[in-house]
Amino acid sequence: MTTKNSVMVFIQQDDGKVAEVSIELIGKARELAKQLNVQVTAVLVGNRVQKVAEELIPYGVNRLFTVEHKGLAHYTPVPYTKVVTQIIKKHAPQIVLYGATTTGRDIAPRIASALRVGLTADCTDLQIGDYTSRGQTFQNVLYQIRPAFGGNIIATIVSPERKPQMATVREGVMKMDQPDASFKGEIIQESVELSPEDFPSEIIERVQQEKSVNLKGAQVIVAGGIGVGSRENFELVHQLAHAIGGTVGASRAAVDAGLVSKDHQVGQTGTTVRPRLYIACGISGSVQHRAGMDESARIIAINTDPEAPIFQIANFGIVGDLKEVIPRFIKAFRAKA
Amino acid sequence: MGLNLIVLVKQVPDTQNISGNAMKEDGTVNRAALPAIFNPEDLHALEAAFTIRDSVPGSKVHVLTMGPPSAVQVLKDSLYRGADFVALISDRRFAAADTLATSYALKCAIEKIGSYDIVLCGTQAIDGDTAQVGPQTAEKLGINQITCISQIVELDPEKRSITARRSIEGGYEKVKTGLPVLLTVNGEGFPPRPPSAIRMMTYKNATTEMSSADYDETYLTSGAELKSENTIALWDINAINADPESCGLSGSPTKVRNIDMVVLKSEGIRMIENTEEAIGDMVHELVADHTLG
Repeated sequence: MTTKNSVMVFIQQDDGKVAEVSIELIGKARELAKQLNVQVTAVLVGNRVQKVAEELIPYGVNRLFTVEHKGLAHYTPVPYTKVVTQIIKKHAPQIVLYGATTTGRDIAPRIASALRVGLTADCTDLQIGDYTSRGQTFQNVLYQIRPAFGGNIIATIVSPERKPQMATVREGVMKMDQPDASFKGEIIQESVELSPEDFPSEIIERVQQEKSVNLKGAQVIVAGGIGVGSRENFELVHQLAHAIGGTVGASRAAVDAGLVSKDHQVGQTGTTVRPRLYIACGISGSVQHRAGMDESARIIAINTDPEAPIFQIANFGIVGDLKEVIPRFIKAFRAKA
Repeated sequence: MGLNLIVLVKQVPDTQNISGNAMKEDGTVNRAALPAIFNPEDLHALEAAFTIRDSVPGSKVHVLTMGPPSAVQVLKDSLYRGADFVALISDRRFAAADTLATSYALKCAIEKIGSYDIVLCGTQAIDGDTAQVGPQTAEKLGINQITCISQIVELDPEKRSITARRSIEGGYEKVKTGLPVLLTVNGEGFPPRPPSAIRMMTYKNATTEMSSADYDETYLTSGAELKSENTIALWDINAINADPESCGLSGSPTKVRNIDMVVLKSEGIRMIENTEEAIGDMVHELVADHTLG
């Protein structure tokens, strides 16, 4: 197999730390590459990234292209666009995937513009299929599937006539594979000529806190909505989460109302989650919220309104007041566990 | 010396208020069925431009929008809030443009204005949420970008440098660069000023009757004031010297294959009585199958 027509992943790293979404994308790229019978490639840009490159191979990268330069330690749009665009032109992948992070959403459109190719933002699914238009059929096209219109519709976008087909993919929607230490891949150092004019941006200061809430990795989530009513009542949500070893989530409405901090937000503008169990307390179930949690293995909905849409996707429904239901839940769990 | 500021705005369907016939059969948006509003983040971008104009005397705020004739409403709104010049980029041949074709047309329109120092737009529009048009326009203009900004920390028109605060995951970074630059503005800073009553009286009858030929090429340097009528420039594909092949459907690599309305999956729900016993049974079942515990 040649590198041409590969499925390529843009690896997002900062100071040697790789974004989780990039590893999730390698997993998805493997799946797509297998269907297309092509290789998985990746492009890693930074300063001194050989060690990072070695750590990435076991996730299933056949060929990993690295470009190193001291000016590339942190992401800035102009030099990164130049470097990645040249790697894409040289190796001609048929698909390039980016994480839909602030970095991915900054660089991918610039590259798409430079290459004059299509780009679909914030995909929640990717598939391979055929596309027919005006009597012409394109085979093995990338279906770029994303919510649009505030989550009211799901659109399947294709860009069959120009290569590569490019998409940004939201964090947490693709599952992360376990690395396989015996996997053999190749690291190829590439060089791209860069001059001082290629570095117009200077990062003066950066303040970044690790998320205090790890919703993405949570197996059990207890989430509260506006129906919880008050900060005081939201304590019940915290208590249930604490009792059953879960993480506290929230709908946007609850965050906007100040019941809980934004770190807890699940949904289209928050975190996408896929826990083993999702307990929705006082959440009506807007499309935006459902888009971030409907892949949960089990859903329990607790709401006083029996007509709330959340009941339509739940496995268990309890119509009742949280102030009664949650203490009963905790009591039962403590008795049985 | 003032700065030339160009703000790109969009009229969008209000996606919070979706009704029945929102999509046409071909998968494109049926704008007629939805209330149209000023894209929220674009109002913040407009405010950012006014803030710069307030701090750098002699600056001018130009507002461009691409869309159907009805999009003139966001331009009138921009005039009410304080824009110096507005133009509607409208032509049937722009229809069905994806972000690549849109950014190409915007780039042509910006070049028609000529010299510029800062181009601003909202980070993303609420209809597509792609956040692509800003960076793509910057790339087509061959200039740098700072996306997702909420604050301008420092602007030095003499040294032609700007520092902006940009939101990133879990925090922010302050980025410094030279002019010209494109900034995309998020909804966290620059709360939009309200329309001015006096300007509303002045511009309420503003129209696009002025043809593109009437656009005064020397306007930017002449310092001419807008008149109270015929103040909205209308630019078609020829006026902005755009290549028709790169516009609209033919200039758009992405196609909509199909659209699915969101349908709630219903795999059968079990309703649990709000009693100690019923909740206890459910918890027991979830513990037994290792969902819990």
